[in-house]
Amino acid sequence: MFEYFNIILIESYKILFLLVPVLVSVAMIVWLDRRIWAFVQKRRGPNVVGPFGLFQSLADALKYIFKEIIIPASSNKIIFILAPIVTMTLALIAWAVIPFSETHVLANINVGILYLFAVSSLGVYGIIMGGWASNSKYPFLGAIRSAAQMVSYEVSIGIIIINVLLCVGSLNLNDIVLAQKKIWFIIPLFPMFVIFFISALAETNRPPFDLPEAEAELVAGYQTEYSGMMYAMFWLGEYANILLMCAMGSILFLGGWLPPAEIFPFNIIPGALWLIFKILLLFILFALVKAIVPRYRYDQLMKLGWKIFLPFSLIWVIITASYLFYFNLLPTL
Amino acid sequence: MLAHAIFFYTFSFIAIISAIMLTVSKNTVHSVFFLILDFISVSCLFIMIGAEFLGMMMLIVYVGAVAVLFLFVVMMLNVTQQENQWFISTKSSTHLPVGLLISLVVFFELIVVIGGWKYKPDLVTSMSLSINQNITNAHSLGNVIYTDYIHIFQLSGMILLVAMIGAIVLTFRQRSGVKRQSYFKQISREKSEGVKLVDVESNKGVNLDD
Repeated sequence: MFEYFNIILIESYKILFLLVPVLVSVAMIVWLDRRIWAFVQKRRGPNVVGPFGLFQSLADALKYIFKEIIIPASSNKIIFILAPIVTMTLALIAWAVIPFSETHVLANINVGILYLFAVSSLGVYGIIMGGWASNSKYPFLGAIRSAAQMVSYEVSIGIIIINVLLCVGSLNLNDIVLAQKKIWFIIPLFPMFVIFFISALAETNRPPFDLPEAEAELVAGYQTEYSGMMYAMFWLGEYANILLMCAMGSILFLGGWLPPAEIFPFNIIPGALWLIFKILLLFILFALVKAIVPRYRYDQLMKLGWKIFLPFSLIWVIITASYLFYFNLLPTL
Repeated sequence: MLAHAIFFYTFSFIAIISAIMLTVSKNTVHSVFFLILDFISVSCLFIMIGAEFLGMMMLIVYVGAVAVLFLFVVMMLNVTQQENQWFISTKSSTHLPVGLLISLVVFFELIVVIGGWKYKPDLVTSMSLSINQNITNAHSLGNVIYTDYIHIFQLSGMILLVAMIGAIVLTFRQRSGVKRQSYFKQISREKSEGVKLVDVESNKGVNLDD
């Protein structure tokens, strides 16, 4: 009996050490996002609270905590309250399998990449539940839009993952990273990286694909009826999901915790720092896209997903498989 | 084994309760949410017996895609507030004989399976494939599906393809008066075809249609 408590204690300690940095970095990333957005538009952005405005997100969080939570009278109360919790939980549980170095991973499971994919595909439920339970037309329309959007872009992400798996021969995330020791997959699979990046934008409802919350048409989409801490949880979940997608991109294509080369100045920096650096790099790209590209029309979004990305990534699967087969490069068991 | 038992009974309890709630809840959307909960707990059970690939696939395919489309349809068809009248009215009891028949069939199938398992334990080992414990789930599944059962696997793929095309054909309808956007047409427009300069005589105007 006692050893169970011991295991639970150690694991909760590990979980705490993973979750607290993730939550803090989510707060920092919101600040970074707003700053980059502002710099592209020649504004200053949040620069008042703390040095360079670093504590802006903490101040915002404090504000959200003290605001009143309004639950609409005609809403479905249980599901209404459950929706932000689901979003937040799903965004955080996925971090369990992200490897920060060969040994620093909470759960080194055999089907790591499938787990990541499953959790990111479950993310749509928070949005649908919130939109439906609000019992109001703008949230409902936003939820319907986002359900269609996320399901369509998941398909191309799945096929891109197949491309990477063909080169690795394992579903374990650490194996995927170690397979990139010779060459990062971004070089042989560059078109897939571009499509993954764009699909990740759509999957996380980021601009230019933020149609579920298009303020010109839908007020704030599925978040319209939410207030206070519940709104903040949606918001945190969204950014945690964005970070997760960046982590997924850097593990699949940018070599995860591997340094760019095994030479002196690079290999003394610990792997976790390399991963964080790569995540930040991808996130800055995310933020730049938000500032630069205008929002897509809905039919264009669907056309892009189904008629361009899906066939293209399918063709690329065939090309990758044939190449590996012809040159006898297929990974062995 | 204690922890194993605790997890097993938790997940199976949740699975059974949510299956019951799925059939009795009055709101159709709630039913779909209970269905999702059921899928999730069943996939947890799969993971517990070591079939992690199957469990994850269950999550991705059923929860991530199929149940989303269920929800989508249920919400769009506006049956959200329709009452589930199975237990209330007498009118809908015409479903009852069919339901009883199906449950009887399922019951007998269960008896056959469990009976065979209990009274002839070597049946299971003679029927199932030998599993190599040293390789992962996905590998052992691939070893079987893409070698011994390749024809059945491809046949099921064909059936799915035919079903997909059938569904598209059934719901596809040609609508008139729809304005379509053609990127090639838009991009290949030249100044010469887009703009026409006309000398307009005074007091005569110009006919734009020609």
